Amino acid sequence: MLARRIIPCLDVRDGVVVKGVKFRNHEIIGDIVPLAERYAKAGADELVFYDITASSDQRVVDKSWVSKIAQVIDIPFCVAGGIKSVEDAGKILEMGADKISINSPALANPSLIKELHDTFGQQCVVIGIDSFYNEETQKYEVYQFTGDESRTQKTAWQTIDWIKEVQTHGAGEIVLNCMNQDGVRKGYDLEQLSAVRNACHVPLIASGGAGEMQHFADVFKQADVDGALAASVFHKSIIDIPELKAWLSEQGVVMRVNK
Amino acid sequence: MASNLVIVNTGCANISSVKFAFERIGAQVTVSDDTAVISAADKVLLPGVGSAPAAMKSIKAKQLEACLQGLTQPVLGVCLGMQLMVSDSQEGEFGSTKTTDCLNLIPGQVKRMQVGELRLPHMGWNKVVNKYNNDLFKGIGDGEFFYFVHSFAIEDYQHTLASCEYGGVFSAAIHKDNFYGVQFHPERSSDAGAHLLENFLKM
Repeated sequence: MLARRIIPCLDVRDGVVVKGVKFRNHEIIGDIVPLAERYAKAGADELVFYDITASSDQRVVDKSWVSKIAQVIDIPFCVAGGIKSVEDAGKILEMGADKISINSPALANPSLIKELHDTFGQQCVVIGIDSFYNEETQKYEVYQFTGDESRTQKTAWQTIDWIKEVQTHGAGEIVLNCMNQDGVRKGYDLEQLSAVRNACHVPLIASGGAGEMQHFADVFKQADVDGALAASVFHKSIIDIPELKAWLSEQGVVMRVNK
Repeated sequence: MASNLVIVNTGCANISSVKFAFERIGAQVTVSDDTAVISAADKVLLPGVGSAPAAMKSIKAKQLEACLQGLTQPVLGVCLGMQLMVSDSQEGEFGSTKTTDCLNLIPGQVKRMQVGELRLPHMGWNKVVNKYNNDLFKGIGDGEFFYFVHSFAIEDYQHTLASCEYGGVFSAAIHKDNFYGVQFHPERSSDAGAHLLENFLKM
C-alpha cells in the first residue's frame, strides 16, 4: 500500500527559513540545512523548499543551498520558486533536488510544463497553485506572484479549470495552496480539496491550514489527498511528526512509520 | 570502502543525489561518461530521473551503448536507469505512442502502469516484498518502505527480484547475471535505501 505523505514545507527567503501568516509578515524560523536534517530524521516523508522571493524578484537567486540539502538528507525533496525555464530546472535537479515546482511561470507560459515533462519526465514536474476563495463571486481563483505582497495578483483562471489545464500539459503532481487557510491553523479546505480531487488524476498535495493532528486525518480521509503539507505546526513544534504519523496509523491512514 | 564506483553520466539530471547517497556511506564515487573509466570500474551505477527517449538519445550521442552492454562487473540501474536495462519502453515523448529501444541487458518491456482509479505517477513510499534471497536485499526486512516516483513499470516476471503493488503487482527490483535494477530510489529511501546501496557495494 502506498503511504500518505507528511510534508513539511520550508519557505526560504535570502537563505533562511521564514514563515508568514496569509503570505504576509514573514518571520525568520532558522537555517535551512539543520531544519531539513531534523525533519528527515523525525520521519518526514518529503520536504518542500519554497524560495518565496524568487518568482517575484527579477534578480538571480542563489540556490547553492539546494546542493547542501541534497548532501545531508536521504528523503525526497522538491524545490519551488524562481524556476522559469528548462535550464533553471536542470540546474536545480543537477544540484540534487528530486522535483521542481513551478507556479507563476506556468501561468505565464503553460507550454513550459510540457517542455519540463519532455526533458526530465513527468515525475519531476510539480505545479504549485495558489487558490483564493472570493466570497463575492463565490469562486476559487488562481493568484500569482504570491511571494511578494505588492505584486500578488489575481489571474483569469478559476482553480478547477487551471488544475485540468496543467494536467493536459503533463504535470506530475499538484500542490494546492488554499490561501484563505494559510498560516491560520483552522484546518485544510476540505470542500475545495474534495472538489479538486475529482478533477485531479495526478498526486494531489494539500497545503494551508494545518493546526492540529485531526486536520491531517480529515484531509486524508475526507479529501483523499496523497500528501499533506504544513509549515508552522512543525516549525513551532505544535505537532511532533513521529507522534502524528503513529496517531494517523492508528486512525487507519497508511503511513510509513519509523521502526 | 576500497571498491571504485562509477556513476554513468547519462546527460540527464539528478546524478548528484545518488552520488551524495554513496558518499554518505563512505564510497569513492566517480561520475563519468568515458567508456574506459566506466569499463574499469568495480561497480557501475546507471542513474535515474528523466524520460526514456531523452536518456537513450543522450546515451547514443555519447556512444555509451556498447560499453554498457559489455559490462561484466555488478551494475545497478536506479528508476529510469533500471528501465533502460530492458529491451524497450513504451515511454515516448509527451503525446507520442512510439516505443523507445533500450539497452537490452535484461529481457523485458517497460509499460505504462495500469492502475484503474488510482493516480499516476505512482509517487511516494510503498512496501517492497522480497521474492528471493539475494545479496542486494540482505538484511532488509520484507515489506520495508522505499520511495517510488514513476508512471511506467516492468511487470512481475521471471527476472523479478522484489515486487511492489500499486493497482497491480510490478517489479520493484530485477536481476539477471551482473545486472540489477531497482524501480524505487534507494538514494531517497532513508535507512532502508542506504542499506541496499551498502549491499550493492559489498557485491
